[in-house]
Amino acid sequence: MMENYPSFDVVIAGAGNAALGAALTAAERGARVVVLESSPQEFRGGNSRHTRNFRCMHDAPTNVQTEAYKEDEYFTDLMRVTGGQTNEELARMTIRESPKCFDWMKSQGVRFQPSLSGTLHLGRTNAFFLGGGKALMNSYFAAARKRGITVLYDTEVIGLDIAGGVFRGVTVQQKKGEPFQIKGRALVCAAGGFESNLEWLREAWGPPAENFIVRGTRYNRGKVLKLLLEQGVEQIGDPTQCHAVAVDGRAPQYDGGIVTRLDCVPLGIVVNNRGERFYDEGEDLWPKRYAIWGRMVAEQPDQIAFSIIDSQVIGRFMPSIFPAIRANSIGELAAKLGLPVDAVLATVERYNRSVVPGRFDHNKLDDCRTEGLTPQKSHWALAIDQPPFFGYPLRPGITFTYLAVKVNCKAAVLMQDGRAARNILAAGEIMAGNILGKGYLAGLGMTIGIVFGRIAGEEAARAAAE
Amino acid sequence: MPPLNDPLREGERLLVICNACRYCEGYCAVFPAMERRRVFSDADLKYMANLCHNCSECYYACQYAPPHEYAVNLPRTLAEIRVQSYQQYAWPERLARACQKNWLVAALMLLVGLTAAICGGAALGQGGGILISPGAGQFYRIIPHHVMVGSFGVVSLLVLLVLLAGFVRFWRETGEGFRALLHGKALARGLGDAFTLRYMSSAGAGCTYPNEERSMSRRWFHHLTFYGFVLCFASTSVAAFYSNVLGWAAPYGYLSAPVILGTLGGIGLLIGPAGLLLLKWRRNRETGDPGQSGMDTSFMALLFLVSLTGLLLLALRGTSAMGILLAIHLGAVMALFLTFPYGKFVHGIYRSAALVRNALEHERQGVEAGR
Repeated sequence: MMENYPSFDVVIAGAGNAALGAALTAAERGARVVVLESSPQEFRGGNSRHTRNFRCMHDAPTNVQTEAYKEDEYFTDLMRVTGGQTNEELARMTIRESPKCFDWMKSQGVRFQPSLSGTLHLGRTNAFFLGGGKALMNSYFAAARKRGITVLYDTEVIGLDIAGGVFRGVTVQQKKGEPFQIKGRALVCAAGGFESNLEWLREAWGPPAENFIVRGTRYNRGKVLKLLLEQGVEQIGDPTQCHAVAVDGRAPQYDGGIVTRLDCVPLGIVVNNRGERFYDEGEDLWPKRYAIWGRMVAEQPDQIAFSIIDSQVIGRFMPSIFPAIRANSIGELAAKLGLPVDAVLATVERYNRSVVPGRFDHNKLDDCRTEGLTPQKSHWALAIDQPPFFGYPLRPGITFTYLAVKVNCKAAVLMQDGRAARNILAAGEIMAGNILGKGYLAGLGMTIGIVFGRIAGEEAARAAAE
Repeated sequence: MPPLNDPLREGERLLVICNACRYCEGYCAVFPAMERRRVFSDADLKYMANLCHNCSECYYACQYAPPHEYAVNLPRTLAEIRVQSYQQYAWPERLARACQKNWLVAALMLLVGLTAAICGGAALGQGGGILISPGAGQFYRIIPHHVMVGSFGVVSLLVLLVLLAGFVRFWRETGEGFRALLHGKALARGLGDAFTLRYMSSAGAGCTYPNEERSMSRRWFHHLTFYGFVLCFASTSVAAFYSNVLGWAAPYGYLSAPVILGTLGGIGLLIGPAGLLLLKWRRNRETGDPGQSGMDTSFMALLFLVSLTGLLLLALRGTSAMGILLAIHLGAVMALFLTFPYGKFVHGIYRSAALVRNALEHERQGVEAGR
């Protein structure tokens, strides 16, 4: 292999949305590009293969987005979820560049569609990929083939050759083969975070990490991120934090993606394995709250919880791929879920007693709530008394990690002494922490990925030509 | 949730996954139809299987496609359910199942048998020499006019009845009433989708058939095949009108309506099936049902053969080859007709019916949303 791939202008580590954005842009500028993907071809595309849209600014309705979504509103939304943990210069640039990316993606053969059913709340802010993220990636890879970009699968970057802050090449390994070198004149690091690296998660989270489910690819092991940090690149973002949602406890360890989510939490109560409630299930509309439940469940004993609903609310949430566990009484359901029966009975009884009458409306903050209950349930509180009863196990499902390498607005990584590296760029999840210090805004990861991917590709081509 | 052997149970497993994901809803009519449901009865599955045009777009886009452990391969499973439904709706069902076991042998035997019967019949009636020197364009000396009209008339009628019975069975099983077919708007939309092959274009970009690269070729070859068939049918109808009503006996001139229609249709029926066979040869075998290969191939081969022998007959009708050519041509046409209710032909009926039903559901949904 070594003889076939000795030297390229631009080396791209990773093969998701950011990586292919960089690869295609660099190739458009005439660079000879190699893309190094650690996964086999069938699982290429990192977490992008599980996505479905990107958040895109627009001043007037488009064929796939309604009304308008302007810079200030976009930025306000970002400030709200991050609590100010963002770099305003980078954030505003990302927002402003997003519509250009929309056009550019279309020019690469990517197709869009109006928001999917069940996601109307995103129809204004987000542009959906026709067929989802894997279809997006297929379009990119088809475009890459036409441009003569070399893509190496099953190829993991295991070493970076950086001298005096200047990149010269990478060491890679294909499956269990002999490591070999690939020379390059510029490097784009777009290899994602470390959410699939259990040992690293254990460092941050301790033993509870064993019970985490990784919603996306098993190949985001943070190798390139770690190599950069070891080379003295400045880091940003809380190294112990990750974005996690509550997923069905029966989800596979990796790659469960969208279908393992569970949307019934606000329609019932959630108890831990001691049969106790621990948070307000009806605090806010589910799209605004689903992302806090991963952490909430992670903090419970054995990192597990159970959503309990009754037959009144069946059919009011997105269907799950896992059958609900069903019983004719609360006691029987508790036993089937492996929960302490008396404790669950007492919790449900106390909850039912504190429900005050109201007009149930799943689509808005209604007035069905509890009174005198701790923690209270603020909305959609209906007594759980209509058999049969249903239960779903919940586990924390990690989406991504926040730890990132620091970059400037040219996507160049910053060294610990504050200087920008001359020919080392970063894009995507590996640098998203610059903008997304905490929280999450649907589709923003993909926007950061494509905006910085394209900048990194352009800068890499420029650096390679120097 | 490992894959299941029974296509219907596997289809149910897959649609539960698809319905929780929904990323593919922009591709075709199958996914919106799926989203209108929470549970998938066997009748629903057969309806959705017949809505599917097997473009494979959803397979390439699927984050759960093999080797993912969920092993989602909707195009293949729907193809398997579809062929099962063809057999189930056919009458007699047993005949459809028997053909399915080895279509190529069945079609070939039928073709040879019928051709031989025609030759034998002609030889018995007119003496063996008739096949070798029939006289220019004297078709009815080979087979008397009343025999030809009578046999094809009876067979056509029978075939029509069996096809109608299949449609009735399909429509009944979906749970729709027959009055629903009078819904003009839905009927127009559903048949429009069928006749334009709307779902074979992936919104103008071409679909992922025969492989991942998008192409319009299948749609064009299908159009050539279908509209070629329609023109040939029109040619025969006009000829029958000339012969039986106006009393103008065949053969007709090269610029007459039957010959022009038949020639144009024949060219379509040569290029169309040949193209479809070529695409089939090159297709990604992962997304199809390998068990249907014989059914598809024999249908397209018969169409091709009917057209080829028809055009040759036209070109060589003044020569001594006419007798044998006519026998082969009529044998092929008869074989094609007889296999209609049991083979690939029925896809047109169930696909169109499914598209009409889809249009009906769509209309009702609109009415509900507006209320």
